[in-house]
Amino acid sequence: MSGPEPVAELRDVTRVYRMGSHEVRALDGLSFTFRKGEYWSIMGSSGSGKSTLLNLLGCIDRATSGSYKVRGQEVGGLDDDELSELRSREIGFVFQSYNLIPQLDVLENILVPLFYQDDPPADGEERARMLAERVGLGARLGHRPMELSGGQQQRVAIARALVNDPAIVLADEATGNLDSKTALEILALFDELHAEGKTILLVTHEAKIGERAERTLRLRDGRIDEVVENRAGLTAAGGGA
Amino acid sequence: MRSASLLGTVRLGWNSLLLHKLRSVLTTLGVLFGVSSVIAMLAIGEGASEEAQEQIRKLGSRNVILRSVKPPEDLVRGAESSRVSSYGLTAFDHQRVAQTFPGVRRAVPVRQLQQEVRLHDRVLNPRVLATVPEYVDVTGRPLSEGRFISAEDQQRFTNVCVLGYEVARHLAPFESPLGKRIKIGADYFTCVGVLLPRVPLGTDQPAPGADVTGEVFLPLETAKRWFGEIQVKIRSGSREMEEVQLHEIIAECESDEAVPLVAAASREMLARNHTQQDYEVVVPLEQLLRAQETKRIFTIVLSSIAAISLLVGGIGIMNVMLATVTERTREIGIRRALGAKKRHIVTQFLVETVVLSIGGGLLGIALGLLIPIGVEYWANMRTIVTPTAPILAFVISAGIGIVFGLYPAWRAANMDPVEALRHE
Ligand SMILES: Nc1ncnc2c1ncn2[C@@H]1O[C@H](COP(=O)(O)OP(=O)(O)O)[C@@H](O)[C@H]1O
Ligand SMILES: [Mg+2]
Repeated sequence: MSGPEPVAELRDVTRVYRMGSHEVRALDGLSFTFRKGEYWSIMGSSGSGKSTLLNLLGCIDRATSGSYKVRGQEVGGLDDDELSELRSREIGFVFQSYNLIPQLDVLENILVPLFYQDDPPADGEERARMLAERVGLGARLGHRPMELSGGQQQRVAIARALVNDPAIVLADEATGNLDSKTALEILALFDELHAEGKTILLVTHEAKIGERAERTLRLRDGRIDEVVENRAGLTAAGGGA
Repeated sequence: MRSASLLGTVRLGWNSLLLHKLRSVLTTLGVLFGVSSVIAMLAIGEGASEEAQEQIRKLGSRNVILRSVKPPEDLVRGAESSRVSSYGLTAFDHQRVAQTFPGVRRAVPVRQLQQEVRLHDRVLNPRVLATVPEYVDVTGRPLSEGRFISAEDQQRFTNVCVLGYEVARHLAPFESPLGKRIKIGADYFTCVGVLLPRVPLGTDQPAPGADVTGEVFLPLETAKRWFGEIQVKIRSGSREMEEVQLHEIIAECESDEAVPLVAAASREMLARNHTQQDYEVVVPLEQLLRAQETKRIFTIVLSSIAAISLLVGGIGIMNVMLATVTERTREIGIRRALGAKKRHIVTQFLVETVVLSIGGGLLGIALGLLIPIGVEYWANMRTIVTPTAPILAFVISAGIGIVFGLYPAWRAANMDPVEALRHE
């Protein structure tokens, strides 16, 4: 299967949780390739391995076996520092509960991933301001998270996820804490980002949200159950690659 | 661009501490008291050692002082009050000390007379000391004006005297007493010099009332000629006669090492030649050593307090930082997910701890500078704050922050990001 350049490649990835003598295979020999510009939703029943997959893709967890490459770089052999550097450069996280840092203001929150890069770009602050503008919070740069609504906080989080121009944006139930109107606004923002060519993975358990993505990857018991092309997603995003 | 610069991290730590102001302040109390005791201790210790050195200078650390002491009454009194009681140091003792003791550079004899001192209508009863020219050198007493007794005065039995400062002030308040004929007992002595005031030990001001009687100095040989060996004391109606050849022998030693040897030799010599306990041997150096020992104990107590409060302060800080780390597990998870390396987390928490402990340290330095002022005022002890003390205190408090912050920071850095993110 060829197409745009692969940004995240999983080969026969297994993640086993050991609890005493008991073993849980959260991911069981999973192979898949996510390509640049794709917009995926990841679905599946509770316990099917969605979060585990996202943690591996986001390099905050390591596979028990198998290979994982980000933009062609094998992750398995990296030490903790290298893995952290990789996260700060290639990964954008959007969490269900926003996870902004309370003592930092909007601009500082957006800048956090750059703060931890070994060699941060000179125009980082400029980028952060642009992104704040882009998500509609250009006027609130000095506000603390406490002073923002949930939807606004999630917008800041999205700006933060984009500031390092990551290979892939990972969102775990990104609209789970929002009312349906705000959730739709956030989803619309994802649609726009997709249209701009960002690579997005959205974990959700809601079929309606999952369908907005270009394609849906459905998991069951740590394996790929099915891959679905979504008409709605195609329509909304104005077509794939 | 804001990278993980130290300044940014310090600001971050400061902001986090401001979120919990009261807790942060309480946390620093241990360090505050620890650091202030360190500074106070150093200031008091420094002042004490300075004071001790000054005492050595004033008393003459190389002197051994032999004194006549009136033995208990029943031993002396032959019978009636009219009889002459004879006791104390003799000219012979002086010769032995001066001429035969190894380690003695020179020995100054002092005789004390009970005589009225008068100039015109002004009368005093000072200590009238008959001594030799070397007295001022051995005791290190400086002259205010004129000269001290000379060798020529001794040879020629001249009628001269030297006044202590207070005596001079009292007898001749508006003019110099130099050249004045001072009446001592029944005879007249020309004043040839005035000494500077004797400053009570450890203070810069003469103690009030300490020297009301003052001192007047005569040549020893002149005094022998005019006043004889026997003194009459009028005490509570009865005439008491004493024969004391010398009241004091001040032996100046060649070195500090010689002091204990000379002291021992003096005690042995006096014990052999005196049938009664009519003498004492005073060794300023020994007194100083005792005083220094007391101050050393004082310093040990203070430094123990300092060490304990620093330890308690450090543990307090560690405790709070561990709580902070637990409380901020989620923040740690977020930062790690966003790319923070372990060292970034370590630095962040370490900086926070160090900011905390240095904050306590700075307050401690302020308090520590106040304590010596209070000690000077109330305890009348000299204190000296050297510039190194606050610097040392600063370094100590920063060190406390690092030592006791290391473990909480290490705990924070080694959290599993996934677990930390799941933390509520
Ligand atoms: N830290 C863990 N320790 C043990 N088992 C775990 C842990 N995390 C997840 N699991 C197990 O792995 C499986 C997949 O979990 P997860 O990836 O969270 O599923 P999902 O996000 O799809 O609900 C589940 O059976 C879950 O119980
Ligand atoms: Mg999950």
